[in-house]
Amino acid sequence: MSFLLSRVLLDPGQAPDLDSRRYGQLLRQARSANLLAALAERIRDEGLMEQIPDRVRRHLESVALVHTKQKHDLAYHLKLVQRALAPTGQKMILLKGAAYLQAGIAAGRGRLISDIDLIVPEADIGAAEQALNLQGWKSGKLDPYNERYYRQWMHEIPPLGHSKYGSTLDLHFTILPPTAAANIDARLLFEQIVEVQPGVYTLSRPDMVIHSATHLFHEGEFHNGLRDLWDLDRMLREFSAGDSGFWDHLLGRARALDLVGPLLYGLTYSQRIFDTPVPAGMIEEANSRARKLRKPLMDFLFRRAFRPDQPECRLPFTDSALYLLYLRSHYLRMPLYLLIPHLARKAWMSKFEESDNAGIAAAKPAG
Amino acid sequence: MPLRNTLSSKDVGTLLKAGELSFRVGPYIYNLHSSLGQLAEGLSELYADFPAASPGDFVDYAVSIQRGGPLSTIRRKVQFLFDNQGSFAPIPIKQAYAFMEWGMNWCVSVHANEYLKLHAAAVARDGLVIVMPGVPGAGKSTLCAALGLTGWRILSDEHALIPPGTSRVVPLCRPVSLKNESIETIRAFDRSARFGPVSKDTHKGAVAHMKADLTPDCHDQEALPAHIMLFPRYSSVDRQELTARSKTESFVLAAYHSFNYSLMGESGFAAMQTLIDSVECYDLVYRDLDWAIEAVGQLHDRARQP
Repeated sequence: MSFLLSRVLLDPGQAPDLDSRRYGQLLRQARSANLLAALAERIRDEGLMEQIPDRVRRHLESVALVHTKQKHDLAYHLKLVQRALAPTGQKMILLKGAAYLQAGIAAGRGRLISDIDLIVPEADIGAAEQALNLQGWKSGKLDPYNERYYRQWMHEIPPLGHSKYGSTLDLHFTILPPTAAANIDARLLFEQIVEVQPGVYTLSRPDMVIHSATHLFHEGEFHNGLRDLWDLDRMLREFSAGDSGFWDHLLGRARALDLVGPLLYGLTYSQRIFDTPVPAGMIEEANSRARKLRKPLMDFLFRRAFRPDQPECRLPFTDSALYLLYLRSHYLRMPLYLLIPHLARKAWMSKFEESDNAGIAAAKPAG
Repeated sequence: MPLRNTLSSKDVGTLLKAGELSFRVGPYIYNLHSSLGQLAEGLSELYADFPAASPGDFVDYAVSIQRGGPLSTIRRKVQFLFDNQGSFAPIPIKQAYAFMEWGMNWCVSVHANEYLKLHAAAVARDGLVIVMPGVPGAGKSTLCAALGLTGWRILSDEHALIPPGTSRVVPLCRPVSLKNESIETIRAFDRSARFGPVSKDTHKGAVAHMKADLTPDCHDQEALPAHIMLFPRYSSVDRQELTARSKTESFVLAAYHSFNYSLMGESGFAAMQTLIDSVECYDLVYRDLDWAIEAVGQLHDRARQP
């Protein structure tokens, strides 16, 4: 199941020997998977940057600069968030990309982020939102349907944007929508948070892995699927190295959170695509757990989702597979009696309520 | 070898449809892919003299403009794809040419951070560059087009690329984008100016692109030293004048007009300082193009005297 990008990410030593055409493919695969900065960091960490031709290297160094700038901005914005939350007495707990960056773990190397994900206990979400509102983070104008959808059915509130700083906060109170079948006790997550920097918290290491896998396998949009799988691979390798109890601990924790299914999916595909050293026993468990009927279908779908969206990587029926995964994510998220009206409404909105010049207005650098 | 020499066997449309139209713009290779006739037409008119890329060249920016699904075909919309990814909402098919040009700018605006990038036009004479930063609508493109039509070499009407640590500008010559009245102004200024398709009713009104590679050396790649930074502003009411501007103020303004000054952090500051230290800075308020060209020419000649 490997492809050029996965091979070079794992073994950057292959990079200097590529020809122009392959370099073109590599960069396009990496950029479309949102992994170009990760690729740049891998090549730099292996001391190979000087061996990459100038024409290619400048793209890697350019995106590495974007990554560096994002890290600076994140640190600054988090100070402001911390200040905003201070009066409420709440801890600032990060999820996903922001957490990897602030925790200084390998998954943060070259990790680009588009917003800052935070988690607060459900009972405190109102106070947190208010405190952030006061400091300028406000939810933009959502149409009433989307607003209600978020508030009523989701595990997060509508994104809070800051007009001056340009950063967006995603405020979660648990890691799956309350309507999903899995029965998560979010309190368990808060019990094991870790302070990675003064006043900056993340979930525990096993919980970060479980959350990443859960997010990935419940998501409907797979354009960052490969990137999320790379996060998983980086975490699994780092956390399991020198900690023989890690895997058992991880599985036990997933049981406690009722998230064994997504975890095992995550381990399976991380191992298949990035050759993650997952113990054979766990892969077997994943295989035996997967119900016989569904397995070939799910495998067919995920094989297509975890590839860069480039012509040379695409397998037949990729579009249909992605569409089925989109439907699946909603099916996992809410019961059918909620889902069908929701999707119908969404389809209507996307076809007939888009503004005519939205595209061109988005193109800032017009001269 | 210019594109037109390679076109003997296949025309632009055929290459474009097959995704085999690749050419060099300054330091970058673009590859374009589309089946839209208006794009082929515009590209043949405006890009025929661009250096063709060789089949084995590394492609920096792969751009594709395609019809979407059945619904978007009915609605006469097309999609702009970069590296096969759609970054923008679908656009009306009539504006496809303008959007392709914007998209090609966007590729450089958001990616290339090996240079300090100013949102500026740049023109050269006697091997010396005048950098003209300006907000959209300030009249920098109009002035740039007119200078190009009177013998100046156009380095860019959109991006001044400055290698950090130098006060040089890397040429990135592409067609000059003109809007609304500027289109007629330039047509009237020089009847021989060549234009691509006019895209009407964009969010900026009507947009047309003028062929900008007009001098024999226009596709040379060597970076040229900048000696003047000029902030042009078109005004139909204010008095035409050329006035000196302080370096400090110019620094701040140029940083404001930069795409990646803040992204580059300290090295951006240092790069801007090196640039500003080596240029004289001026404001130009103009109404009449002939007057402006005369003023810029005199300024250039005066500044190059030791």
